[in-house]
Amino acid sequence: MLAILKNRHVRDTGFQAGFVGALVILIVALVVTGKANLEAQGLTSGFGFLERSTGWRISFSLIDYTTSSPYWLALVVGLLNSLFLGAVSLSFATLIGVTVGVMRTSGNGMAELVGTTFVEIFRNVPLILQLLFWYSLLLSLPAPREVEPVLGVFAFTGRGIYIPGLNITGLSAFLIVVSLIAGASVNLWLSTAERFKTVSVAVRRKWKICLWLGVAIVVFAITWWGRLPETPFFTIPEHRGLNYRNGIRVSPELFACIIAISIYGAAYIAEIIRSGFNAISPGQGEAGHALGLSRWQIFTRIRLPLAIRIVMPTLINQYVWLFKATTIGIAISFTDFFMVVSTAINQSGQTLELIAILMGGFLVINYSIAWVLNRVNDAIKLKGTQMRI
Amino acid sequence: MSVSKSVSHDGVPISIFGAIRKKYFATPTDIVVSSILAVLVLWLLANVIDWAFVKAVFGAGRRDDCLAAEGACWSVIASRWRIVLFGLYPFEEQWRSGVACLIMVIVAALSCVPYFWNGKRLLGLWLSGFAVFYVLMRGGFLGLTPVFEQNWGGLALTLFIFAAVCILGMPMAIVFALLRRSELPWISRTMGLIIDTIRSLPLLTIMFTFAIVSPFVLPDWAVGDKLYRVIVGYAIFFACYQAEIIRGGIQGLPAGQEEAAKALGMGYWHRIGYIVLPQAFRNALPPTINQIVITFKETSLVTIIGFFDVMASGRAASGTAEWSFAHVEVYCFVALIFFVFVFSLSRYGAYLERRLGVGRR
Repeated sequence: MLAILKNRHVRDTGFQAGFVGALVILIVALVVTGKANLEAQGLTSGFGFLERSTGWRISFSLIDYTTSSPYWLALVVGLLNSLFLGAVSLSFATLIGVTVGVMRTSGNGMAELVGTTFVEIFRNVPLILQLLFWYSLLLSLPAPREVEPVLGVFAFTGRGIYIPGLNITGLSAFLIVVSLIAGASVNLWLSTAERFKTVSVAVRRKWKICLWLGVAIVVFAITWWGRLPETPFFTIPEHRGLNYRNGIRVSPELFACIIAISIYGAAYIAEIIRSGFNAISPGQGEAGHALGLSRWQIFTRIRLPLAIRIVMPTLINQYVWLFKATTIGIAISFTDFFMVVSTAINQSGQTLELIAILMGGFLVINYSIAWVLNRVNDAIKLKGTQMRI
Repeated sequence: MSVSKSVSHDGVPISIFGAIRKKYFATPTDIVVSSILAVLVLWLLANVIDWAFVKAVFGAGRRDDCLAAEGACWSVIASRWRIVLFGLYPFEEQWRSGVACLIMVIVAALSCVPYFWNGKRLLGLWLSGFAVFYVLMRGGFLGLTPVFEQNWGGLALTLFIFAAVCILGMPMAIVFALLRRSELPWISRTMGLIIDTIRSLPLLTIMFTFAIVSPFVLPDWAVGDKLYRVIVGYAIFFACYQAEIIRGGIQGLPAGQEEAAKALGMGYWHRIGYIVLPQAFRNALPPTINQIVITFKETSLVTIIGFFDVMASGRAASGTAEWSFAHVEVYCFVALIFFVFVFSLSRYGAYLERRLGVGRR
């Protein structure tokens, strides 16, 4: 008997079987206890409740949703809201972050000072605090009747920000954003992927023109299809009585989320970008200088492309992390995926199923973000001897 | 760097005006950029100073002056700072909460002293500090009136959660990292799956699951207090991130280190304890400090689950009708508290990184 235990192969198999078996038993035990507890409360488990109507309102929705809509539609609304918030705030975060990161490595003392201050302030204060700060600031804006629009079209009121917009459904706006992002990604891929290196620049430019024409047609089609009936196509906020009419109202909740996540994310992205620029050996820029390139050319043709490739893996993690941060919206009742799920748990009691959906949703989204960006990374990364930067 | 700024290309020292010109006004573009930014910064600074100092109201209990003034109302902090720092802790006992916070800060400061940089001393320091903290806060003997966890709040609760998560999470992270690196495929793959799954979930959903959902799936004897469930959930989340950091540190070691230990006949635990982990932690120091900084900041998320941490007590301070107009001032105060902690920790991390010369060996 002891001889068998001393056999290494037997011992290894035993360890593995024990480890995996213990985990499986733990999970099964949890689920069984959970089901028993919930059934004791008179709740039937299973996903049948998804077809029932919810009976509660969702304050911000990109698609048609009423109180009689089923649970699954409410979950879809929440998911779309999360994706929308993520797409908008990650884009802004990238924009601001790259700007600040470039400022911090520009060699101009004033720009470096401003960039450093920005990063240190916004990186060292918790996101939720920043969110509540912006939210209370937005709510303390004056009431609509006291507000004169800026430039005639933007009205910053305590009840929301009014901006000019198109009279289209929320879903089509979302689809337009998605197709623009897709177009930009394909553009990046065309200009950097290894497999197109043999194609001449002129041909690639033609492809890109075709690509953007295609994107334009798609955007146009979506806009036309998503038009709200019997309204003018373009709408501008107008003062009417005590309130503003027309235009698009961005609720303080959504706006605060966008500001907070963009700025917090930008502070982190700026640091990543800065480390990317610092990792480029000075010889690269000096060689460009020796060839007679201007400062701007050295920046756009040499340093920026190298920096993007260096920071890409870190940036992917950062994007996944920032997308997870959008769940913070629940602090000010922005109806993102997490908020919808937690409301649904309160209302229906189907705790285990809804938690499974919540976690499944985040796993799928985060793995997809990571997968897509990793493909981009594979396509653009430097290969072979070029690695020495 | 600092030398090159005050010396021209020929190595001849240049005047202070020359240095300023080189740094801020080197080319026409620099002149334009610097001027525009300078104007913006001055305008912003003037407005902030005007709001925060010139037109502000200081001193406790001057609510009516605040309503009339245009600037900040620091009066709310002067009147309500005890709520922000101590939450619902009984008024007469608040000195205990204050001393407990101080002890935690001292423990954190002491861990920055090289004397404590080994596993046993660090563990002993944190465990004893934590025990003193807990006894002081909880009371119940030595003539201290008992105060239960439900009444803890403010900065003390934030520090309690943070310290508990670190003490619980760090050993877990080491175990996770070792399992993840195990040579047995089933163990390493299963652990990898668990770590990746938890890492791709938002912290908030994990806290929520442990606080609200876990009572359903646990047998009654294992449910425990909500506070401790959240701490366990957070610790697991922390451990999954930290495990990947430690794994990175281990992978950065030359293979010869472990092979040499094997050749000397050292057993697994000796190899791990004396050869691998000490060097892995040294390699992984910068990301570890970064992770601890993030952990401290994200402790504030517990306010959403319904705990009365420094974030929530800050909101409560301006939540009454009396001070409801002064949200922004209270948020600034809480932000300052966080900033002091986080900024000093991250500066210390940057200093350590330079000192140890990590990555330059």
